[in-house]
Amino acid sequence: MGWIHDVLAAKGVFAALIRAVLWAVPILLLLIPAIWFERRLLAWMQDRRGPNRVGPFGLLQPIADITKLLFKEEVIPDGVDRFTYVLAPVLALMPPIILGAGIPFGAYGVYKLLTPVSDLSVGVLYVLGISSIGVYGLVLAGYSGNNKYSLMGGLRASAQLISYELAMGMSLACIVLATGSLNFTSIVRSQEQPLWGISSLSWLQNWNVFTPFGFLAAIVFVVCMFAETNRPPFDLPEAENELIAGYHTEYSSAKFVSFLMGEYFAMLVYGTVFATVFLGGYNLLPFNWDTVEAHVPALGGLCHFMAWISNNLAPLWLIGKVAATLFAYIWVRATLPRLRYDQLMNLGWRTLLPLAVADLVLVAIWVLAVSTYGAGWGMVIAVVLMLVGLVVYVNIVSVGRRKSDPLASRSVTMVSIAPERVVIPEPAEVQPSGAG
Amino acid sequence: MVAILSVLSALGVVFFKNAVRSALSLVATFALLSVLYLTLDAQLLAWTQLVVYAGAIMVLFLFVIMVLNLSKQPALIERRDPKLMLATLLGFGFAGIIGVQVVTPLLPPSEIVKDPVLAPNGFGQPQAIGMALFTDYGYPFEAISVLLLVGIVGSILLAKRRLR
Repeated sequence: MGWIHDVLAAKGVFAALIRAVLWAVPILLLLIPAIWFERRLLAWMQDRRGPNRVGPFGLLQPIADITKLLFKEEVIPDGVDRFTYVLAPVLALMPPIILGAGIPFGAYGVYKLLTPVSDLSVGVLYVLGISSIGVYGLVLAGYSGNNKYSLMGGLRASAQLISYELAMGMSLACIVLATGSLNFTSIVRSQEQPLWGISSLSWLQNWNVFTPFGFLAAIVFVVCMFAETNRPPFDLPEAENELIAGYHTEYSSAKFVSFLMGEYFAMLVYGTVFATVFLGGYNLLPFNWDTVEAHVPALGGLCHFMAWISNNLAPLWLIGKVAATLFAYIWVRATLPRLRYDQLMNLGWRTLLPLAVADLVLVAIWVLAVSTYGAGWGMVIAVVLMLVGLVVYVNIVSVGRRKSDPLASRSVTMVSIAPERVVIPEPAEVQPSGAG
Repeated sequence: MVAILSVLSALGVVFFKNAVRSALSLVATFALLSVLYLTLDAQLLAWTQLVVYAGAIMVLFLFVIMVLNLSKQPALIERRDPKLMLATLLGFGFAGIIGVQVVTPLLPPSEIVKDPVLAPNGFGQPQAIGMALFTDYGYPFEAISVLLLVGIVGSILLAKRRLR
């Protein structure tokens, strides 16, 4: 029968357990450098020093932080909904960890044997499904707190995550359509093919960010990734200036830590998904080293060396790409202010979702063109169509700008049911006083 | 065991007084159903079930429940309501109809099937489902998508009517 029977078979259970442990433990351990990285980098970006007392360069600071939080007094307020109150942190912590079960960490030797945890044929759908389960952690935390602020946080979380999951699914669908598979292993494999499918470019790898439609999808995916992990500037569910701490207001000690850890796990695992789908997975650099060697025999030694480290240290390169994604998370956090709620909804529904759907159409046309006219002309057609689409889009946006009142674009349009009734008061004339 | 759990959680949907608890047990039912699909080798169906029902629809349900703050409704049942009698009768009748369908295959078969029909290779894989949907079942597929479009347009019309 299928994979689930293989997994449950006597021999398979042991192998699956090993694979699961080998996935979960590094993710748990990566939490410590991730927290340190965020605190130090944020400090440097804000011209501070950051934690530098505990351990070398403050590396042990996360351990101290978490220990402190764990040993705080655990308070369960009266009037909370006990069952959901306890369930919510678990639901916030677990889905991010199991999200990455389909991601390969290498294709050679022991990595092929031990990763991915389960080589799902529907890996992309699995990611979407598990990430949608992750919403419940925040929603239930907000509900169970028996507190208006928590409830508002939970409501915002559910609305935000649903909106952005659609665009995320669409951007992943573009890659699925271009690759022809939902399986992460074959998505990485297809990125090792010659760039744009052109055989004279076979020394370059076809990473999805290098294709025009893949680049567009990658932008959409990154924005959705920030929103799905509740990171700034999308941290409306825990906006402290409006909602105290949002959905985790009533949580303390270990349960609070599990929300914190869940957020970091989500950052790390979405980073691995992004690296796998768009950045060529576990490959070090976008070069096919054996083809490079065939073109330039003088670089043979270098090519051998690079191919060797690219294949044998594969997980390191994937983690390196995740670290780059983490850097982007922190950079954005240090740079952008938090979105307003209507801006959030407009960005999700009016910008990202149409963009992703347009990209899907573009990919479909590209696939058709490649099968009809060959890879080179297919790419030309795709680029021309993309430029035409861009011109049309810019025109639409600029027409919209001209017509709309500058004041209207700044007001909260989502709740203004009868715009003609909204009267913007004229600024009162300042009476000239003094000499008259 | 998965089936028992899913039936229990489905009963929970009906019997919990708290609306949020009911919605949660519905989520559990959907999740357990997708586990059942997995054991039947229908991976695509299982994960689609999880994405669509547990991930999108039930989150919206919870959203609505939390916005409306449905808590502890007073019981609406009046005694000696003739509708209650009728409802009980119809309910048992309907349960009987379903029960016959469910119980009959569970009875021991009159003759033991020698070679059970195994699922063909690639069953439940996205490729197989895609091929079936867009070739053999192309027209029903398009009809359903038009139906959904009509539903969406209609709901927007209903929602927007008050604005005019």
